[in-house]
Amino acid sequence: MTETRFEPRIVAFLCNWCAYSGADLAGVSRIPSSPCVRAIRVMCTGRIDPGFVLHAFASGADAVLLAGCHPGDCHYSEGNYKCLRRALALRRLLRAFGVEEDRVRLEWISASEAEKFAQVTREMEEAVRRLGPLRLNGGAGPTEGESKESGRAEA
Amino acid sequence: MPKPKLAIYWAASCGGCEIAILDLNEKVLEVEKAFDIVFWPVALDVKYADLEAMAPGSIDLCLFNGAIRSSENEHLARILRDRAKTLVAFGSCAHEGCIPALANTTTRDRILGIVYRETPSTVNADGTLPARISLLPEGEVELPELWDEVKALDQVVTVDYYVPGCPPQPHRIWEVVELVASGAPLPPKGSVIGAGQDTCCEECPRTREEKRIRRFVRPHEVIADPARCLLDQGLVCLGPATRSGCGALCPQAGMACRGCYGPPPGVQDQGAKMISALASVIDSTDEQEIGMILDQIPDPVGTFYRFSLAHSLLRRVRQ
Repeated sequence: MTETRFEPRIVAFLCNWCAYSGADLAGVSRIPSSPCVRAIRVMCTGRIDPGFVLHAFASGADAVLLAGCHPGDCHYSEGNYKCLRRALALRRLLRAFGVEEDRVRLEWISASEAEKFAQVTREMEEAVRRLGPLRLNGGAGPTEGESKESGRAEA
Repeated sequence: MPKPKLAIYWAASCGGCEIAILDLNEKVLEVEKAFDIVFWPVALDVKYADLEAMAPGSIDLCLFNGAIRSSENEHLARILRDRAKTLVAFGSCAHEGCIPALANTTTRDRILGIVYRETPSTVNADGTLPARISLLPEGEVELPELWDEVKALDQVVTVDYYVPGCPPQPHRIWEVVELVASGAPLPPKGSVIGAGQDTCCEECPRTREEKRIRRFVRPHEVIADPARCLLDQGLVCLGPATRSGCGALCPQAGMACRGCYGPPPGVQDQGAKMISALASVIDSTDEQEIGMILDQIPDPVGTFYRFSLAHSLLRRVRQ
């Protein structure tokens, strides 16, 4: 296999009311944002189950962005606070799993903050390029099927 | 008509599942009446060669407990998959890795190093480690090889049914035995049997209030109120992220649910579901304060994936 350039995969969960509109505005305004972002629109950041984030990582994402309305601005009054608490819990969990902090980012991006969306995605891309691919489950040591003749004792 | 044939095996397990079967008490005799037990290393004098000699599909039901973490475990899993018509991942280890899978927080080399070299009580001047093959004066002796990653049974072979629990509750085991022995049509393959369809909370008699948690406590730090929901009292109870089936035994005894019945239906990752539930009920909107409250949970992986690490989405801690 030939060596290919690492192209980060960033999954972005964007709330319908703020961050998604902000991302849309960035596109309409032709503000360059990272091409590595795959946007997933959710109605509210409060809808983002931590399982979605783990699922993204387990499916090959190198980083995940959670973005929604600024505190106090949630369309459903407090979904973004739920997301804040979950993101903080998730950050602690991922740290314990050995996943670098820069791979998950929570940002408040309003519908008018196209520049902020673009900048956040560019920063994330840069951070992920620095970190390299996530390579989940790629530890050392034999697993089934690859043990063969290892571990022969010196008599 | 000959009796259906039953095999029971333990891989990487503690033996608790076997004890749970014995906890059927006098009903164990009924199991023996209904089934011809052909393989059960803990109770019968059988050899692996006897099992290997059996024809494919000749065993009607195999209850397989224990996780897969060595070449021996895997070999037996493959043999039993071939010889058994119905293979059941029996108990939490086979179902989702259980306590042995907490080895996935570290590496095989680290484990061997601690056990064989570093503990203060170990005397091992030559630094001997278990080896696959060792040459002794009597000849070559072989040991199974320990894998770096602990796996659930279905990560090695196809599993027909899952019976969760650490261990499965005897009355639930009895349900499964009766179901199979009756010859009635079995549920769709891949089903969890011998358990409920909702969460542990639904079986828990404690009173639930509007949850507003400002402080998490550990079991040794408080004497829990006997009637109120443990989570309301700040004890990390995995009830909301755990399948029903045990009858909420631990919470009834004053101990928070640790999650041994695995995730409830429709949930893939028990730990993610639990932090979702926990984070929702923390009573703060201030980033720093939320962080301080969350930091009162010292070991998130061990707490939220105590039984399900092998089956979790991330499967192991990155090294």
